[in-house]
Amino acid sequence: MLKTFKLGGVHPPENKLSADAQIRELPLPAVVSIPMGQHIGAPATPLVKKGDKVKTGQLIGRASGFVSAHIHSSVSGTVTRVDQVPDASGYPRTGVVIKVEGDEWAEEIDRSPELVRACSLAGHEIVEKIQAAGIVGMGGATFPTHIKLVPPKGMKAGLLIINGVECEPWLTADNRLMVEKSREILVGTELLMKALGVEKACIGIEANKPEAILKMKEATVGFSGITVEVLKVKYPQGGEKQLIKAVTGREVPPGALPVAVGCVVSNVGTAFAVYEAVQKNKPLLERVVTVTGRDLKQPSNLKVRIGTSLMEVITYAGGLPEGTGKVISGGPMMGKAVASLEVPVTKGTSGVLLMPGEQSGRQPQLPCIRCSRCASACPMGLEPFLLMTLTQKSLWERVEKEKVLDCIECGSCSYSCPASRPLLDHIRYGKARVGQIVRSRKN
Amino acid sequence: MNGLLTISPSPHVHTDDSVRKIMYRVILALMPAFLWSVFVFGFDAVRVTLISVVACVGVEYLLQRFVLKVTPTLHDGSAALTGLLLAFNVPASLPWWIIILGAFFAIAIAKVSFGGLGANIFNPALAGRVFMLISFPVHMTSWPVGRGAAPDAVTAATPLGMLKEGLISGKPLSQIQGSLPDTTDLFLGTMGGSLGEISALLLLVGGIYLLVRKIITWHIPVSILVTILIYAGIFWLISPEKYMDPLFHLLAGGAILGAVFMATDMVTSPMNAKAQLIYGAGIGIITMTIRLFGAYPEGISFAILIMNAVTPLLNSVIKPKRFGGTPS
Amino acid sequence: MNASLIYTIVTLAGIGTASGVILYFVARKFRVIEDPRIDTVEKALPGANCGGCGYAGCRAFAEACVKENDLAHLFCPVGGNEGMAGVASILGLEAVRKDPRVAVVRCNGTCEHRPRVNRYDGVMTCAIIHNLYSGETGCQYGCLGCGDCCVVCDFDAIHMNPVTGLPEVTDEKCTACGACVIACPKNLIELRKKNAKDRKIYVACRNEERGGPARKACQVACIGCSKCFDVCAYDAITMGTNLAFIDSDKCKLCRKCVEVCPTNAIIEVGFPPRKAKPAVTETTTVNQ
Repeated sequence: MLKTFKLGGVHPPENKLSADAQIRELPLPAVVSIPMGQHIGAPATPLVKKGDKVKTGQLIGRASGFVSAHIHSSVSGTVTRVDQVPDASGYPRTGVVIKVEGDEWAEEIDRSPELVRACSLAGHEIVEKIQAAGIVGMGGATFPTHIKLVPPKGMKAGLLIINGVECEPWLTADNRLMVEKSREILVGTELLMKALGVEKACIGIEANKPEAILKMKEATVGFSGITVEVLKVKYPQGGEKQLIKAVTGREVPPGALPVAVGCVVSNVGTAFAVYEAVQKNKPLLERVVTVTGRDLKQPSNLKVRIGTSLMEVITYAGGLPEGTGKVISGGPMMGKAVASLEVPVTKGTSGVLLMPGEQSGRQPQLPCIRCSRCASACPMGLEPFLLMTLTQKSLWERVEKEKVLDCIECGSCSYSCPASRPLLDHIRYGKARVGQIVRSRKN
Repeated sequence: MNGLLTISPSPHVHTDDSVRKIMYRVILALMPAFLWSVFVFGFDAVRVTLISVVACVGVEYLLQRFVLKVTPTLHDGSAALTGLLLAFNVPASLPWWIIILGAFFAIAIAKVSFGGLGANIFNPALAGRVFMLISFPVHMTSWPVGRGAAPDAVTAATPLGMLKEGLISGKPLSQIQGSLPDTTDLFLGTMGGSLGEISALLLLVGGIYLLVRKIITWHIPVSILVTILIYAGIFWLISPEKYMDPLFHLLAGGAILGAVFMATDMVTSPMNAKAQLIYGAGIGIITMTIRLFGAYPEGISFAILIMNAVTPLLNSVIKPKRFGGTPS
Repeated sequence: MNASLIYTIVTLAGIGTASGVILYFVARKFRVIEDPRIDTVEKALPGANCGGCGYAGCRAFAEACVKENDLAHLFCPVGGNEGMAGVASILGLEAVRKDPRVAVVRCNGTCEHRPRVNRYDGVMTCAIIHNLYSGETGCQYGCLGCGDCCVVCDFDAIHMNPVTGLPEVTDEKCTACGACVIACPKNLIELRKKNAKDRKIYVACRNEERGGPARKACQVACIGCSKCFDVCAYDAITMGTNLAFIDSDKCKLCRKCVEVCPTNAIIEVGFPPRKAKPAVTETTTVNQ
């Protein structure tokens, strides 16, 4: 019996078309647009100006504030402007636009492919290197990793969980990374364990990735304290709280951090980036992105430099299919439909999903038939039908009482509603309003 | 690419399931019992069902199109399902004009006037049935002769009807028992009754289909039937000479039809498992109380309607288990 | 007479009398003493309970008037100066006179001027779209077109125009209560001074981007060129980030700014049509 979380969950069709596509490197684009805000927290402050020459891996944005991260150039070339760069919502954001010239890397970066396991750094020094490399959560949440590795006073982590679940349909980037770079991920895990000061780590992988499970299990030989846990295929198994529940049986209390139950969760991509940062002095400047879709010629997993436009990535995978209706950054359950193809790949872009026009529209909405499938599907035990109605009536006190702030916005409710009701649309808005009210109450 | 990129909030995929699919699957689950009723009652069964379905669909269409002036929503299958369930709850010999009145009450008053699909408090088919029962008691309790009855019989009575009449007229149970159908008859459906309630076996087959297809969960049917068993069982154990055995009560009357198809109606039943168990227990208790101590031989229709009224209270007081273990 | 009838009458009469007495004493004990002027003031108010005064309904406003004993910071926009004069005379205080105001939607990004670049598919309320996206057009500051402002108006004074895709205010009905101002997530609606004949001059744009991108997104965007600022003789115009703003309290409606605006971002309402400017022909220049 495979472990999993108890409450809720749905099983959308997996569509892992690109599961066997080896990671290919996307050729350098002509221009990259690197946004200063690719993480949770304050955007970085640009350190370069128009006309400056930069090298690959050079620091171009300094973290501003406690919750922030550094930004590094992913290419070498000349800065053409420090200006507005489009984001997925359609808002222009500050970014550095670089005309690519050659591929000259910063001297300290070790580009050799040999595995380096030995590390003489102390835990806090590893955290500093992670911070200097601008590493953020690469599962999509983009929380600055160096902050996660230092639990608040009074809390101590006992277990590191590496998230290799990739529960979103269509996405296979983490899968391929585990198949092709398993040893590097293990070293990265070891480094994270040292940084956190824990002796045990567990790598959670969903059962639909047999090759990755095999490779990762092989790689754990020789590493002490690291196990691989095969988990049942159920969405959202990759959600932090659901993953902790499946692996340890503990439930993170509402409003609390995972470290409150002794766990810290990190994505496999983050572990890999940590390896490169600590052992190879390479800052976070590229990542694996799955490009996929029903009509796409070549569903692929591409290694892409940060700042490359989505259009470039799609073209390399066979070009934008005729009749594409939606382009989604991320997976189909929680990903964001982008407003334009000029939007760049950022640290949190795990995939690009091209949705055909006829699948891009929603079904007309019917009245709620009180079937409670949404409540059965909710992994946090909430009642989405009720949250939607209360939000529509702006009854914020009751919305807060019904625990809307616990919602992880996984989309299972909207997915399972037979009446096609836009549950998550309203709940997300309710969460935002209640969040504002709670914050203003604290002040 | 032709046209503009669509931007919409996540999620961007949706299950295949729809309201229409759910309604039609329930209709499919009722087909075995329907076919049996045609076998037993002949053309009358088809007549009653057809009139009921057409009347229900017709009333909803006319009201939506001409009175409320909204787009008619017949394609969601809920009116057709109400028509079928209404037919299942009446004798096959019911005159056509009573069926139409019942259909009108069920759809116009119990459903549309409350706000349409999803907004009704009471199960429309049961509301229609109870309306017809109270307004036309004689027609609603004259049971036609089915296949398998004695050749010279003109009307048959339902097992519960025979039981209640016999007890009221003062006959001891031992005397009545002889004329009641035995367990096999009750299970297979070779006895008198309304269109859909006679064959426990085929109704259970339909019920299993619904469980497998995840249209219903086990909580409501099991809690109703177990409560009936326990309640009947307690009284039977105390005085077996005055009360029928629990298996009889389980299989006779509309208990299985009610437990599997009527009480599980999504709109009018509670929305989480714990509340559903309480709802089912309540139905079981009220049903048996009416059967044993009330004036009517069968109580499940009233029981379900009464518990429908309690459903909103159960929904707001009993909350599902939250992740993180805090009580809500 | 039937004994039971007598018992019934006596019992019911007794219960009724006892209840009456108890209720009398309870009512006396728990009576809330209120200043009777609150009732009078409340009657003088419009009774719309719209919250435009900043209080929770007309009664709360009446209580505030009586309690504060000073009307300096109290104003009911629905009743206006007349209404406040009435309240002032009841309480024997001085009312503050305020210029009447009207809601103005400061965006002219119609479907024609501001083409869509995306198609939005989701719940059609401005609040929810704003929570996730900048809108369907290239202008992130412009009207989202879903009518949250219309839904919230208690006075039936604002409606969406289906052709332009923008809300339009019916001046006669608008009470300047401010509900639409709060409802608009883009802060497009402003309560501006009401002029004679409902005349208005305002910059129908809130776009703070540079001229190039602003104009690309919308033909009638304000590009922040400052021509209006230069020509205004009354100091009514201030320049923000690539955006002009006309202060309705200082504006004298001279219309010079409207003439010089190169993108027609400044709108004039309620004025007679202008005489067309004489065209500059070849012959005129040659003859000079």
